[in-house]
Amino acid sequence: MTAAAEAAHTSDGWARRFAGPIRLASRLLLSVGLTFLGLTCVTFFIGRVIPIDPVLAIVGDKASLETYNRVRIEIGLDQPIPVQYWRYLMKVLHGDFGISVITAHPVLEDLLRVFPATIELSIFSLIIGVILGIPLGVVAATHRGRWQDQVIRFVSLLGYSMPVFWLGLVGLLLFYAKLGWVEGPGRLDVAFDDIVPTVTGLITIDSLISGDDDVFWNAVSHLILPSSILGYLSLAYVARMTRSFMLGQLKQEYILATLAKGLSPFRVVWVHALGNVWVPLVTVIALTFGSLLEGAVLTETVFAWPGLGLYLKNSLFNADLSAVLGGTMVVGVCYIALNMLSDVIYPLVDPRARERR
Amino acid sequence: MTDTTLIGWRGWLLDSAPASRRQARLGRWYRAWMAFRRNGLAMTGLAVVLALVLMALIAPLVTDPASANLQVLEDRLQPWSAQHWFGTDELGRDILVRVLFGARITLTIVALVSLIVVPIGLGIGLPAGYFGGWIDALLMRITDIFLSFPRLVLALAFAAALGPGIENAVIAISLTTWPPYARLARAETLTRRRAEFIEAAELQGASHLRILLTQIMPLCLPSVIIRLTLDMAGIILTAAGLGFLGLGAQPPAAEWGAMVSSGRQVLLDQWWVATIPGIAIFVTSLGFNLLGDGLRDVADSRSA
Repeated sequence: MTAAAEAAHTSDGWARRFAGPIRLASRLLLSVGLTFLGLTCVTFFIGRVIPIDPVLAIVGDKASLETYNRVRIEIGLDQPIPVQYWRYLMKVLHGDFGISVITAHPVLEDLLRVFPATIELSIFSLIIGVILGIPLGVVAATHRGRWQDQVIRFVSLLGYSMPVFWLGLVGLLLFYAKLGWVEGPGRLDVAFDDIVPTVTGLITIDSLISGDDDVFWNAVSHLILPSSILGYLSLAYVARMTRSFMLGQLKQEYILATLAKGLSPFRVVWVHALGNVWVPLVTVIALTFGSLLEGAVLTETVFAWPGLGLYLKNSLFNADLSAVLGGTMVVGVCYIALNMLSDVIYPLVDPRARERR
Repeated sequence: MTDTTLIGWRGWLLDSAPASRRQARLGRWYRAWMAFRRNGLAMTGLAVVLALVLMALIAPLVTDPASANLQVLEDRLQPWSAQHWFGTDELGRDILVRVLFGARITLTIVALVSLIVVPIGLGIGLPAGYFGGWIDALLMRITDIFLSFPRLVLALAFAAALGPGIENAVIAISLTTWPPYARLARAETLTRRRAEFIEAAELQGASHLRILLTQIMPLCLPSVIIRLTLDMAGIILTAAGLGFLGLGAQPPAAEWGAMVSSGRQVLLDQWWVATIPGIAIFVTSLGFNLLGDGLRDVADSRSA
């Protein structure tokens, strides 16, 4: 038992009130730190097993042995592996992922430039997934076993089974090439490029800030297809989890009690039961967001969306290792952060989760 | 076979007082099968999966294996016809034949991943749950670290580091798939750790290894298998995604994801080249999802 636990036993109200959260936070920080160390170990390991010689990548294959050896010592490859790892870790902690071979910019700079595009796509997808997924899940739970439930179940299984890159191609073929309902690949038409000043990096928001309606609608039209496709995939997961959480609530006695008091079934389901389901749903939504960041790699390739996924993919094919590892690290850190966020929110909102620990 | 023998068999299987252990086990399976059979969607899934296995098995029998890569350039990009049911691709190869052979690659990947993931998961989860203490803490911390990695991105980084190819795609997918199995095996072990039959085995002098392998592992397998069936679709999609990005099976191998990718160039005019392998991926993963869903319902009636 730590000092925090002892403090909880004193009569000091302040200590008693915060001991739990502090203990929780320190445990959380420890696990996040360990996960982060694990992530850096893996990226470091990948950096070492890769068959490309990092020295050759810098000096080229025509360099003399002398130059080769000098560069090898300069980038620290003569050091023992733990030392190399330590240096790598320190660099990563300072945000130094090296220089990208393709763009000749620091990797971090590149990542910051492309990340907003991915965030914009993921947020739109998440909104679509949550707005449709939660009501579908609730309806599936209230109509359990009936045709509505079966249909929703099948629709979400379809979502689980779709290869996202293929769905993107078919979507482009149908809605862009054949029907012309939406704009094609990319974030904006060429004519609209560089019109609105970059503030947040999210084109929809930037164009609203500068009041340029044409750019806004063009951006939305480019955004709607990829985000609907990613949104469908997250819808599947959200609907499914909502259904199972709601089933847990609808079994409870308070539902019967509120119904007996004469509340309308609509209110009981959508206000009382759904209200109690919000907390675990936050976890689900955070995890969905993480998987959207991942799904972006394939979707962005299909839609030529200049975000993190496309950047990763292009770096991969140009053997730009620093860029690949930097991108992996950024997605990994987002993932860990989202996991942590859901772990933190859970006990804060739901006292039962606090006591169970 | 007459009706009476059928009833006899059913009667034997459904006997409420089985005379042998084998009869009890078969009877339990038969009851599960009857519950499973009532689930229409799950049966559809089973049919799809069986059809896929059948396709993969008979592919080299009905067509010459070389024909999957046979290039007939004058027949390139043909729409469907009596000769080429699904048309031909940009090198004049028959798409139907390539989809059939693609089933072999997909099933190979799935089988290899399962063979790697289940032993790793059990190897980490069983001791963690059985011994507890610091072993548990250490093993589960490692599992948690791997669990919080983004799967596709990590698989990408691994595939990029190890070089493209099926073997490396399998390694990459396995490395990111095993953690849930370790957790599952640990949870299953924990619920049985204090059971009396374990104590009995201990008193008879069985070693820890023997108890783990003969007493606990068999009880973990059903839930592991159900989880595996549910994961199959994800494994297939990740493999196809790696193939689509050019990190899975290399040309000219007939891998579905790579086929979609090569069909992209002619998407607007010859849409079937990219669409048909995509449908194959979709139907296969849907089949596994339906099957896994049904199996879970049979095993755990609460979630239905």
